[in-house]
Amino acid sequence: MYPSKFDYYRAGSVSEALSLMQQHEDAKLLAGGHSLVPVMNLRLATPPVLIDIGRIGDLKGISSVGGSVKIGPLTTHAMIEASADVPALMSQAASGIADPQVRNRGTIGGNIAHADPASDWPTVLTALGATINIAGSNGERSVGATDFFQGLFETSLEENEIITSISVPSHGEGTGSSYAKLFHPASGYAIVGAAAVITMSGGQCTGASVAVGGLTECATKAPSVEAALTGKALNEATIAAAADAVAGDLTGDILSDFQTSAAYRKAMVKVYVKRAVSAAAGI
Amino acid sequence: MSKTAFRLNVNGQDYEVLVEPRKLLSDVIRDDIGLTGTHVGCEHGVCGACTVLIEGKPQRSCLVFAIQARGQSIRTIEDVADENGDYSTLQQMLHEEHGLQCGFCTPGIVLTMEAFLKSNPDPSEEEIREALSGNLCRCTGYQNIVKAVQKTILRGHEEDKEIASL
Repeated sequence: MYPSKFDYYRAGSVSEALSLMQQHEDAKLLAGGHSLVPVMNLRLATPPVLIDIGRIGDLKGISSVGGSVKIGPLTTHAMIEASADVPALMSQAASGIADPQVRNRGTIGGNIAHADPASDWPTVLTALGATINIAGSNGERSVGATDFFQGLFETSLEENEIITSISVPSHGEGTGSSYAKLFHPASGYAIVGAAAVITMSGGQCTGASVAVGGLTECATKAPSVEAALTGKALNEATIAAAADAVAGDLTGDILSDFQTSAAYRKAMVKVYVKRAVSAAAGI
Repeated sequence: MSKTAFRLNVNGQDYEVLVEPRKLLSDVIRDDIGLTGTHVGCEHGVCGACTVLIEGKPQRSCLVFAIQARGQSIRTIEDVADENGDYSTLQQMLHEEHGLQCGFCTPGIVLTMEAFLKSNPDPSEEEIREALSGNLCRCTGYQNIVKAVQKTILRGHEEDKEIASL
């Protein structure tokens, strides 16, 4: 298959990528290419210029910095799956992304910049309270995951900006996490995804961070579920009641397609929130 | 953009190619280098027939522009049998267990499984099936492929025992 013609540039550093982006306004960044190349093969995207950032060594890898973990945007899903340094929620979610070939090449930065509502990282990073660090021609800035994801394939990245790292806080003692996904059986993409980070102390939930994705235009926090869990002794009944509260957190359109209706997704999100919270709390 | 020259290392041999940047690695391996064992099925990253090893890791060559792989080491199905043309154990077991019918998906499956068995020499059936999840086969129903992989593992254990008893 031949994508339409494009001019190809290779950036050896972030600053080189930024200056190439300034010279070529219509350029697209190419990392692992596992979101971009499929749509180019089908000619759903026809960018006139590609800037290949795939070999910028500084943008790849995982390092622990104080109480948080810093993940380079070119880090592949397979590297995260195999890492003992990232929060368990991330390695668990990585192992469920597509198939081994995709995980060997697809990158976390490319994934979140693409912001497909059916992908897993937006939901997981939202639940973890991750920070996206960005460089641009106007300098550097950092954005929380909840503000980074803005809509269907839409992020707060400006035209002349590039993701330089993702910072994720490490869990303390007594904190468990889990990602539960109703996935499309062929692609592995999320029809509904729910991520939960739960802190327990003496049988009581002292902290809860819950996010859902797949069914909404972008990953979203579930504050009603979090409020219904916090301060409670968790058991099957209290978790089920809290999971039902997710209905109140679904603002905006619920996605629907010929395979899965909005009503089905709305019914399933309660089930998957319950499963994620139960597994995170060890119940 | 006009054609660009760069070097690819395929099966241990360097090739200088001159292609447009939009040319996919799968097409360069087949058309420019002339190794047609790499099969091209869906051409948009679903079927896994075009799987090759890039720096030792199974990846879909239809989702990589050849120019992205410049200077990297690529291994294709032509490099799996030895120089006399004798099958690898996995290839032999696929043959014996009838792990293929039309054979279109087989090169991708062999490369995926060769790399998988290196990283996980003693997998469960569930792990084998998960590792196969990126390769579509419409003939076998996967049963005989899984059997062939399991038999490859058993053969490896037998060889280990033989070596230990020497």
